Amino acid sequence: MTGPEAAAKSADAVRARVERTFRDESGRALATLIRLLGGDFDAAEEAVADAFVAALETWPRDGIPANPGAWITTTARNRALDRLRRARRHAEKLVEIERGLAADEMESIVRLGSESRLADDRLRLIFTCCHPALALDARVALTLRTLGGLTTPEIARAFLVPEATLAQRIVRAKKKIRDAGIPYRVPPDELLPERLDGVLAVLYLVFNEGYSATSGDALVRRELCAEAIRLTRLLVVLMPDAAEAHALLALLLLQDSRRDARTGPGGGIVLLEDQDRARWDAAEIAEGLALVEAAFRELPTGSLPGPYLLQAAIAACHARSASPAATPWGEIAALYGILEAVAPGPVVQLNRAVAVAMAEGPAAGLVLVEALNAEGALTDYRHFHATRADLLRRLGRRPAAAAAYERALSLAANEAERAFLVRRLAEVRAAG
Amino acid sequence: MQYMLLIYMPEPAPGDGELAMPDMAPWFAYTDWLREKGIYKAGDPLAPSSATTTIRVRDGQRLTTDGPFAETKEVLGGYYVIETDDFDLALEAAARCPGALDGSMEVRPIVEM
Repeated sequence: MTGPEAAAKSADAVRARVERTFRDESGRALATLIRLLGGDFDAAEEAVADAFVAALETWPRDGIPANPGAWITTTARNRALDRLRRARRHAEKLVEIERGLAADEMESIVRLGSESRLADDRLRLIFTCCHPALALDARVALTLRTLGGLTTPEIARAFLVPEATLAQRIVRAKKKIRDAGIPYRVPPDELLPERLDGVLAVLYLVFNEGYSATSGDALVRRELCAEAIRLTRLLVVLMPDAAEAHALLALLLLQDSRRDARTGPGGGIVLLEDQDRARWDAAEIAEGLALVEAAFRELPTGSLPGPYLLQAAIAACHARSASPAATPWGEIAALYGILEAVAPGPVVQLNRAVAVAMAEGPAAGLVLVEALNAEGALTDYRHFHATRADLLRRLGRRPAAAAAYERALSLAANEAERAFLVRRLAEVRAAG
Repeated sequence: MQYMLLIYMPEPAPGDGELAMPDMAPWFAYTDWLREKGIYKAGDPLAPSSATTTIRVRDGQRLTTDGPFAETKEVLGGYYVIETDDFDLALEAAARCPGALDGSMEVRPIVEM
């Protein structure tokens, strides 16, 4: 290799390393900077962006630092200080922040011994980004933008919104944090259970957006799932006593383990019963199952499992089954029954109906589905009509099944789903 | 930081006529709670929207209309001003207000001038 070629190759390697550091470390650096800058998201983001620009400039020349994350945080902190000194606008605030920065002394960040301080910063940031006073879509965008190393265009693509819309959403959220005085802290104990639920809901929503693939770029959606798992893992590390965080991690891993098996070669949906179980991710299943088992062991006697643990337990039933025929549908129906008590809702009822149909036959499932139909809560829910159609089909009630398939088809969200429903509809019509 | 808690209450139906005086005990208890927390600054009930007059000045002309500026199911029925650096406490104060039970509470930061 000639000199320039080697240089170009090593420049590429450094660039790749900076990109990886961005994914892995930007959330961490940002969390610390936001604290150091008294909750100023914008100044913190600028400082962290400055640090990554500096990394691109100096790493090719000086080599990659031993601890890239600490390098980024230290550089960002220095750039923030430079900017503040240059600006000299808010004299009072400056004195206060300078004092804070000096007291903090970067050594506490650079040394590994300060890991707990860093963890606190990120936990604060998670709770701030997921504060219920922010709109749900803003919570999601802000969490992904600040804690997960996803860029604004990536998040926009994942959620199928124009980049400008997403950028605006983030700007508005940051403005509200500032103007309303949304605190940058882990909530006090009395608020913690409720607020933790809110954080878990955001993470689960991020995962589902990536998993249920209503449409859009498959690669970006895969990234959303990975990001949700990464952030949930982080939450588990930061809050080791939060049982439902462990349970959510288990649930995400067990669902994610089926990702490759649930789409066919043409991108079509492959139902659970038709999936090639050899393609399920064994490592994710092993980790998920271990988490579920540990959670049940640690469940205080006499208390009901939380909703995420119940859903993880249901996913574990599927993961443990070597074949569809081996699925313990009775156990799954029972778990849905408990879930209905813990977290009532029509979708849970529908899922229980499916499990009951599998355990006791389609007629028993249809009784529950028709009760739901009478309530009317799921009239616009495509899975409800698809499920009802399937039960009617299996009972040989073809005209009713066809009507239900048509209704589901009118609500289908993507091509894969549509193709599946069209196929089924043709089957019941042909058989009739 | 100061927050105004705006209390939006359902309007009594026109046919209801003069309503009996609402039970003030929960409101007094609530105001006491705000004082105990050391965050109370001010607070008052407002007369019903039937007592409201809306004024606009356009091109130097004063336009006077009877009633609130917009007809809505819930109308501004009162307010509190609290002072706290804890946003979560401001939200809790709104949630504890008796007005939250049948109306809606808006928590608005007051801009310092």
